[in-house]
Amino acid sequence: MSEFKQTLNSSLGKKLIMALTGLFLCTFLIVHVGGNLLLFKHDDGFSFNVYANFLTHFPPIEVIAYLLYLSILVHALYGLILTVKNRKARPVRYAVAAKSDASWSSKNMGLLGSIMFLFIVIHMGDFWFRYHNDQTMGFKEYRTDLATGVTTAAEYKPVNADFSHSVSTENNVEVVRVKDLHARVVYSFSNIIYVIFYVIAMGAVAFHLLHGFQSAFRTLGWVHRKYTPVVYFIGTWLFAVIIPLLFAAMPVYYYYLSTQGAH
Amino acid sequence: MNLTLKVWRQKNAQTAGKFVSYKAENISPDMSFLEMLDVVNESLTHKGDEPINFDHDCREGICGMCSLYINGHPHGPKRGITTCQLHMRTFHDGETITIEPWRAEAFPIVKDLAVDRSAFDRIQQAGGYVSVNTGGVPDGNAIPIPKVIADEAFNSATCIGCGACVAACKNASAMLFVSAKITQLGLLPQGQPERYRRVQSMVAQMDEEGFGSCTNTGACEAECPKEIKLTNIARMNNDYFSAKLFREEEVHEQNH
Repeated sequence: MSEFKQTLNSSLGKKLIMALTGLFLCTFLIVHVGGNLLLFKHDDGFSFNVYANFLTHFPPIEVIAYLLYLSILVHALYGLILTVKNRKARPVRYAVAAKSDASWSSKNMGLLGSIMFLFIVIHMGDFWFRYHNDQTMGFKEYRTDLATGVTTAAEYKPVNADFSHSVSTENNVEVVRVKDLHARVVYSFSNIIYVIFYVIAMGAVAFHLLHGFQSAFRTLGWVHRKYTPVVYFIGTWLFAVIIPLLFAAMPVYYYYLSTQGAH
Repeated sequence: MNLTLKVWRQKNAQTAGKFVSYKAENISPDMSFLEMLDVVNESLTHKGDEPINFDHDCREGICGMCSLYINGHPHGPKRGITTCQLHMRTFHDGETITIEPWRAEAFPIVKDLAVDRSAFDRIQQAGGYVSVNTGGVPDGNAIPIPKVIADEAFNSATCIGCGACVAACKNASAMLFVSAKITQLGLLPQGQPERYRRVQSMVAQMDEEGFGSCTNTGACEAECPKEIKLTNIARMNNDYFSAKLFREEEVHEQNH
């Protein structure tokens, strides 16, 4: 066995892989929540659809996206391998459950991770897969009067089946035609069961990262009198509170809009 | 005090064990937990029953021999003490106390509540030492060590190797023990020459013994009778990855 393989196969090496993929997924969350804040803009999904189009047509992001899918799979797989190995380390369980001081989330990372994995499969199937493969997904045409800055939106039926997007300017009017992912968001989040599932999944994200973010730094061996409190602060407030709340607000907000009949 | 004990009885590692209930009567609240077991054993012996087998030695909290998983806590419900320092006044009259051995694949049961912790010895033998092969005794003050470093090293060195960390961990991980043994030497100048070789060989031995891995739950730190800190594990991880990924020094197959 080569030295690298041996290192990564050791108990510490497997945790290193968990920590690195986990932290990479954390950085992704920042980008994902930032971009999706466009959903809160009242512009018939103009900026959101343009953003979705950019993500799927800019090569460097596509490369990172596949790295991301790989990270999710590796993180889940190694989590499973480590759990099986850890269970084997204690074949006979205690009759009295341990009453040690350990946070609830730290003891239930596998359960929280499984909820998140189920969520990711459904979430990607609903948006990512449809965006890439569903020929029935409609297009929208946004006309912006460059003089007044007023944008109007309308359905657009592509003439060619291979049409993906176009940007053109005619007589001071910018015409942007893109796939209408926004309509799918509106449709999905008008379903209360879907909204509840999303909110539960974001709860799982919150508790998973409450423990996971700081734990990754411990696994990497980055514990420092000055910086560890900073890591705890970011892990708690940014990753376990702000980001899950913003994500959860999206389906709730769209459900609210659907009940108001705004769309 | 009168108590009911639910004790794990198991003849040896090969046979299956089970819980057996015993009455502990006329127990003084000032007795230690082990003295209470002595009283129970005395009465068992008088009745012609096999006494309960449990590990103990110094009975003053420094040898690391006593164990026992009492009501869901290694070394009982109190913090920072071993089972021999646990007094019966911690419990109330008429209470039922469940006593289990340490549960870990790497700690096979010898008999009843006694487990074989020689896996810890093998990890120590893999590199938990400083090699000084020859020469006179060096002057203690010749090597300057900052007070904070000396204190940290000493804190890690207080580990008595009882295995409560393994017993408390949901993964039966030995990382608190191993990291304390690595850190106590790794922090000091005398431990530097072998620092990166030591961490590699001790972690390799730990993996071979079949302990689980660390999830940073902190259960070990909470249950450690010597209050060894979780920071030790991060230090070990740092040294290990440094040794494996950045240093060019190799581990040589050495058998001392």
